[in-house]
Amino acid sequence: MKAKFLIPLILFVGLVVFLAIGLNRDPHEVPSPLINKSAPAFEVSQLADANKTFSPASMKGQVWILNVWASWCVACREEHPVLVELAKSQIAPVIGLDYKDKREDALAMLAKQGNPYLLSAFDGNGRVGIDYGVYGVPETYIIDKAGVIRFKHIGPLTMDLLNQKIYPMLSELKKS
Amino acid sequence: MRLILLIAVCLFSLGSVFAKDAAPLADDPVTEQRLISISEEMRCLVCQNESLAGSRSDLANDLRREIRILIKEGKSDDQIRSFMVERYGDFVLYRPPVKPVTWLLWIGPFVILGLGIAGLLMYLRRRDSSLPNVTLTDADNQKIDALLNASDKKEG
Repeated sequence: MKAKFLIPLILFVGLVVFLAIGLNRDPHEVPSPLINKSAPAFEVSQLADANKTFSPASMKGQVWILNVWASWCVACREEHPVLVELAKSQIAPVIGLDYKDKREDALAMLAKQGNPYLLSAFDGNGRVGIDYGVYGVPETYIIDKAGVIRFKHIGPLTMDLLNQKIYPMLSELKKS
Repeated sequence: MRLILLIAVCLFSLGSVFAKDAAPLADDPVTEQRLISISEEMRCLVCQNESLAGSRSDLANDLRREIRILIKEGKSDDQIRSFMVERYGDFVLYRPPVKPVTWLLWIGPFVILGLGIAGLLMYLRRRDSSLPNVTLTDADNQKIDALLNASDKKEG
């Protein structure tokens, strides 16, 4: 009976723990239902050459990265050096998906900041983005040899994320 | 002359009021009605405190366009809902489906209410039994009467 005075304290600590967890979570990071599902098929023109098309089917048999970006997206500019670094490592090809953008703006940005992409698919009206559940550029997907989405990151990539999560995952997937 | 000018100015400014661009509507009101009823039950992922029907974000516009197309293709409400859930998860629905992961969400509040009522009953019962049971003697009653009469007189 003596410990009764501790009850409010315990309740309070519990509440603080719950709130601390809740506050440190990013409500914008909604778990994607596409993880471990086949990457949705599409065929759109390429950014650099409107006469050529790109389809994820052409990447079958290799582990690759799909990065959704746009020239109007500020966080993409912040992420850009990290992508350049990722491309330099040559662990896996990086394909861009230029989301709801204008061709000339997108090409100008790549010319200015460097082009980390093997190629970029051009999704001018955002139709492909909807199939991939894109709601906040930049978003990054890792797709395995069988064409299954294994990982999705919402928001800019960081060097820490590359080293701790993405590089290990890529080399793991390449082995299988 | 001045009156004509005034009228002209009024007319011109009226024009600019009407010139506000309207949101693109489907050709028929039936489609629009269904679009609203479906999208009011969905969350906009960009501005998470807005419904898909009410949000002005770019993505919400695109998704409304997409839902319009699905309605025109003759898809049922359930098919449209699963189209959205396949892409954005249960999070888009304001009424998440009842399944093991969401049991806590659905039943939790009632469990807490039950615990609260149980706690209250326990507390009340314990307080009841801990109060001393006093029976008044005749002397006590006389004292009370005297006090009450005294206060009555004062007020009177």
